[in-house]
Amino acid sequence: MSPATSTVSIVGAGLSRFGRQPELTGRQMAVQAIHAALADAGLSWPDIQVAFGGSDGSGLADTLVADLGLTGIPFINVKNGCATGGSALVSAVNAIRSGAAEIALAVGFDKHPRGAFDPRPEDWGLSVGYGEAGLMVTTQFFAIKFARYMREHGISEQTLAKVAAKAFRNGSISPNAWRREALSEEAIAAAPMVNDPLTQYMFCSPGEGGAAIIVASEAAAQRLGARQVRLLSVATRTRSFGSFEVFAPSIQGHGTPPSVSTDAARAAFEAAGVAPSDIDVAQLQDTEAGAEIMHLAECGFCDHGDQEEWIVSGATEIGGRLPVNTDGGCIANGEPIGASGLRQVHEIVTQLRGEAGERQVPGSPRLGFTHVYGAPGISACTVLEAI
Amino acid sequence: MSVETSTPEQSGGAGQTRPVPPLRGSRCTGCGNVAFPAAVGCQRCGSSAVTPLALAGHGVVWAHTVQRFAPKSPPYVPPAEGFQPFAVGYVELSDGVRVEAVLESSDHPEYDALAGAEVTLVATDPVPRFATRDWLDVHSHAAAERNQG
Repeated sequence: MSPATSTVSIVGAGLSRFGRQPELTGRQMAVQAIHAALADAGLSWPDIQVAFGGSDGSGLADTLVADLGLTGIPFINVKNGCATGGSALVSAVNAIRSGAAEIALAVGFDKHPRGAFDPRPEDWGLSVGYGEAGLMVTTQFFAIKFARYMREHGISEQTLAKVAAKAFRNGSISPNAWRREALSEEAIAAAPMVNDPLTQYMFCSPGEGGAAIIVASEAAAQRLGARQVRLLSVATRTRSFGSFEVFAPSIQGHGTPPSVSTDAARAAFEAAGVAPSDIDVAQLQDTEAGAEIMHLAECGFCDHGDQEEWIVSGATEIGGRLPVNTDGGCIANGEPIGASGLRQVHEIVTQLRGEAGERQVPGSPRLGFTHVYGAPGISACTVLEAI
Repeated sequence: MSVETSTPEQSGGAGQTRPVPPLRGSRCTGCGNVAFPAAVGCQRCGSSAVTPLALAGHGVVWAHTVQRFAPKSPPYVPPAEGFQPFAVGYVELSDGVRVEAVLESSDHPEYDALAGAEVTLVATDPVPRFATRDWLDVHSHAAAERNQG
């Protein structure tokens, strides 16, 4: 078997609590997540041979060794926006496949202050006028993209509210979630409008949390006797020409903008040798409810426009044809940028092991999928298999 | 550069013009791709051979939303009379590029009239601003007076 296709397994997964924790720093949440992943794998820190990780705004991951133990291993910092966790995981997997290590760690964490992110136009190659005019607001992008999508594909505002209500309902049965109170579709639809057609409760909020995943070679996984989940593929992509992204002063090219999520998902499915229809449980980036709807089609699970029927019929509910965001996703867990991608992997690992308790997908799910999407047009996807 | 952009659809506008400078974009000399703002390198083919292009002053609203809450200040500078919800979206120009812009229509603050509407460039600073014909009708007198002054 060539290194590129050699088997890599997830042997440990851990989370810190998600949501506001005034007494903890982002780094402390990262250490908690790593300790949880080590305990899950039956390992201790000196067993980790190489590590990759990062946060968007809560410090450098390689400083964590001060609290973990100075074992001298290579620890590479990753800073890749919403794909930070995915990029760290790709790097850990590649370290195993290259033979450089048998056991590797990926960690992501963040602790964002209350309220919206605070981007500076000059950091995005824009004139200061975009800030003065009130256009440096991330929520505008999601609303504009979904407003166009609704009109083109006949998605109703009721469906938006249904997706958000599912997130809060799943959050209410996820012990680690931030938002643990179910909200009715009516309350979500009647909440203050942020950017039409998206109301306050349809968006995730900048949040806090840490997540860690430990991967191992086939030999090491067997030696450990770990409750492993096979990582069939992981793929990351940046945007292609003509795409529509946050803070874009223009959309170039003609026709429907291509999606980087489509590119990353296709690459992940091809490398795994499975089709979207084979997937039993999925985590799709739900920065807001419309994003989950669009990502269902962009990742290949249904045709554009079919989401209306899917969601009305309950297909994405726990117990449906394709349960999506069974832990409540970003809407219920918040968005600590560095952590979210690995939180998704943690949830799929938990589901494939049959350990998700009240939110467990019935019927022993065998194949899972994770997808993150973020600025400035990046996506990371994984396909995971129960053993 | 100062260019007269004609707005012939303006009511009572025979011969009337408004001096709005055009948006400055670029066209790739290799593949013809149009960019806004002017590109350093072409996003489609990677060439750095691009030439300046004055973009069309008319287009169709591709998609839009409404900013319902006041953005954080700074950097946002609210108008003197205080924040009011405003529309923002992308205008598809005949040049083959969709430009982000603040959008004006006379049905504010609903802004439903913007969906698929034809709009005209009314300002380029601090960001592009386009308006519907209805809005221009209401504001044409005031604009004409400003231009004469």
